[in-house]
Amino acid sequence: MLDVHPPLAYDGYLSTRLRAPARSPLVIPATVTELTGPALGERDFGKLDNDLTSQHAGEPLGERIIVHGRVLDRDGHPVRDSLVEVWQANAAGRYMHDLDRHPAPLDPNFSGAGRCLTDAEGRYRFVTVKPGAYPWKNHHNAWRPAHIHFSLFGRAFTQRLVTQMYFPGDPLFSQDPIFNSVPDPAARERMISRFDLEATEPEWALAFQFDIVLGGASASVFESDEDDE
Amino acid sequence: MNETPSQTVGPYFAIGLPWPEGPYAVPAGTPGAVWLRGQVTDGAGDPIGDAMLETWQSGSEGRGFARCGTDDDGCYAILFRKPGPVPGPDGTTQAPHLAMSVFARGLLHRVVTRVYFDDEAEANAADPVLTSVAEPDRRATLIAERGDDGYRFDIRLQGEGETVFLAF
Repeated sequence: MLDVHPPLAYDGYLSTRLRAPARSPLVIPATVTELTGPALGERDFGKLDNDLTSQHAGEPLGERIIVHGRVLDRDGHPVRDSLVEVWQANAAGRYMHDLDRHPAPLDPNFSGAGRCLTDAEGRYRFVTVKPGAYPWKNHHNAWRPAHIHFSLFGRAFTQRLVTQMYFPGDPLFSQDPIFNSVPDPAARERMISRFDLEATEPEWALAFQFDIVLGGASASVFESDEDDE
Repeated sequence: MNETPSQTVGPYFAIGLPWPEGPYAVPAGTPGAVWLRGQVTDGAGDPIGDAMLETWQSGSEGRGFARCGTDDDGCYAILFRKPGPVPGPDGTTQAPHLAMSVFARGLLHRVVTRVYFDDEAEANAADPVLTSVAEPDRRATLIAERGDDGYRFDIRLQGEGETVFLAF
């Protein structure tokens, strides 16, 4: 069976060459340290903000979209009240970051980052604009497919995940080493959102659905009999 | 259910992930709070200026999360309170430690390690994870050194002195 996650050493992605550990990890049993995790909220980082199109005086340029879905554990249970963080390029394919030198325009009305908590069913929802593709220097004529970065905590340290959400039918998948670093083609497909006509809001915004399944055990799995969490 | 694969945080996570109080697992001024400082380096020994570290501690003495990006010199600093011993498997006791995740461009998924403390020699000597690392120089990569205002814990991602990374 092919691994779900990419290997740390993946030659096609040049930045792995001096950063991927050479040694195999030491496998340890998950203990209370790993089976618990932070429950982060507004008291930690300030206001939640799931609308990336209303953070400035004007609306950002680009195609307004809704990105929504559920966060589930590997048993299919919803991960409730859990922090979801996103960051992305603007519609022109430019990040609002000092080191991004792509000669595409910045958008003064788009910072490109948001946070929300999942609800009791594990649902989250963001309003944003569709990010543009952009070039990078990994190989000749390298372009990243359009993507939104996602950061998820789950209920335990074991479940922590950072991933990227892609858009269906992107012609850039075949040449992207980051997307293709995932060995199993079926697992790669799980990083691609689904166009969602039902959630699309008429005369306002297209919707894309992206469900996320977190691996790893958490303490509540073992404590569920006594702890009605 | 089939898991969603991991992808790298990339070079631009700083537009979304850090927050001002992120490096504080406990508020400044908390009795017993100390700094954990260190540097993240790559396989050439060069500092990594676009890494992000997160620590988590669940011990009875303090439960806290911190997040800190590295600066241009690859350095980070986290304010925390050293936890107490933590129950381990089969009735064992683990020495005080933090769990740490490292994210960076070029890491297709996070790497995980633990931060132990060099002033806990007795507890460290009985810790099931530390004692499972046979080579003393490898074990030393998991142990922070006491300094003036806290502890020093460097992370070498690759090569000579490579940090022991963990999986579970």
